[in-house]
Amino acid sequence: MYNETVMRHFLKPKFAGELKGADAVGTVGNPICGDKMSVCIKVKAGKISAIRFKTFGCAAAIATSDMVCGLALGKTLDAALKITRNDVSEALGKLPPIKEHCSNLAADALGEAIFNYYSARGEKIPKALAERRAHLACASCEAHQCAPKA
Amino acid sequence: MSKRVYLDNAATTMVDPAVVKALLPYHSEKYGNPSSLHAFGREAARALEESRATLAKVLNCEAGEIVFTSGGTESDNLALLGVAALAKTKRVITTAIEHPAVLKTCDYLEANGFEVVRLPVDRYGIIRMADLERALSKEAAAVSVMHANNEVGSVQPIDAVAKLCASKGVPLHVDAVQSFGKLPIELSKAPISLLSVSSHKIHGPKGAGALFVRRGVKLSPRLLGGGHERGLRSGTENVSGIVGFAKAAEIARRNRVKNCRKMSLLRDRLAKRVLAANKGAWLNGPTGVKRLCNNANFSFPGIEGEALVLRLDAEGIAASTGSACSSKSLKPSHVLLAMGLTPVQAHGSLRLTLSRFTTAREIDYAAGKIAQVVKELGGFSNVSREEAMRRV
Repeated sequence: MYNETVMRHFLKPKFAGELKGADAVGTVGNPICGDKMSVCIKVKAGKISAIRFKTFGCAAAIATSDMVCGLALGKTLDAALKITRNDVSEALGKLPPIKEHCSNLAADALGEAIFNYYSARGEKIPKALAERRAHLACASCEAHQCAPKA
Repeated sequence: MSKRVYLDNAATTMVDPAVVKALLPYHSEKYGNPSSLHAFGREAARALEESRATLAKVLNCEAGEIVFTSGGTESDNLALLGVAALAKTKRVITTAIEHPAVLKTCDYLEANGFEVVRLPVDRYGIIRMADLERALSKEAAAVSVMHANNEVGSVQPIDAVAKLCASKGVPLHVDAVQSFGKLPIELSKAPISLLSVSSHKIHGPKGAGALFVRRGVKLSPRLLGGGHERGLRSGTENVSGIVGFAKAAEIARRNRVKNCRKMSLLRDRLAKRVLAANKGAWLNGPTGVKRLCNNANFSFPGIEGEALVLRLDAEGIAASTGSACSSKSLKPSHVLLAMGLTPVQAHGSLRLTLSRFTTAREIDYAAGKIAQVVKELGGFSNVSREEAMRRV
């Protein structure tokens, strides 16, 4: 069902666990639907200097969490915000279609972390991020209102 | 990865080497069609009727009451749709925890004008007789209750159910796919009208099964054609599969008590170790005689089942889960939900099912790996045990 890249990130994630002294954390998903992801970041000179995730979820949820951390590490916040769900999926060499909807939330968790970072510092939220947040929702289970409250 | 431990015997089982030996000639030398007049055909017909007699003996029924099918799903479909097609009362009673082969068939009946009553279960996955009694206060075309549940191994009070149904004159169908070969089924005593069994759950080959149809019970066939199986199931019989099925049934019956004792001891050893090593975990379903001897089903709050199954698979252990994330429908186990678990708790379920070939070494290896994998996944889960235990 899953390809080798997905399995590698699922079985041996590099970014799993606690990030001590994180500047911000972003959480999306809902355990009722089977997936809840948190991405923690440290920011130094406008760049993501450290990143880790904590995820409750299936293999795809864990693999996408790990991949988004790898993609974002070292990037400026602006560049990190440009990482999309599709980028994560492409980097993993595609997920099974059924998992694209429900388990590929990691990019959104990263976006939430960056939003919370800006908010905590009283900085202006970039327009693209504000727009993206307006559409934030767990596509598979809107009924559960997985989208974070603004 | 060197070790391979198969603990998914409720899904399917290894074909017993003795069964393979018994069925192979019916592929290569004795390949006749049982309906043919010539010697090849007569040879196959003889094997078919001997298999029917063997299965009848195991089930304590008459050979003429056995209809061979392709397996459990077909047997369930034939039983329910076959009775419903001739029914005057468009109402059937079943339980909330049936196998999809029964549940989906009932959904189909519902969409076609039937009233379907789905009996709830208690927290152990067992129906209450009072609910059935109430449901039977109105007329019904059939009652369908599984003998033992495939996910949590809960054994239904099938003798009491059968007596009650008989007293109301309502035919009872029993899905005995999981219990067959493990629990005694005395069709000569229990007033059961229809009963489904399958070959590949009892170390027989896939693609063979049977429906017991008690003499006098009227069914409308689902497969029309050459009138095989007394007109109830047309289609050339799967002779090799049926021969293997009968052999497997015979072996299962011969050592049933001994094997079940062995499996339940190993299962209890597994449960003890898993519960001791994983704080917060619990066993879903009943204990003791109300549980099928080979079934263990755990919940690990804060862990997702698909991840658990795939990490165990990487360690060579085959298991399954009621988590939505592993199902095609993305819905958590209907059985666990019916027992009162929350979706979050159902996501964290792990089913381990033993066979008579399972060894103590395998159980100890699995228990150790489960503890390791649960610890790893729990180490980076952001759903705490407390959150997973919340009711909403």
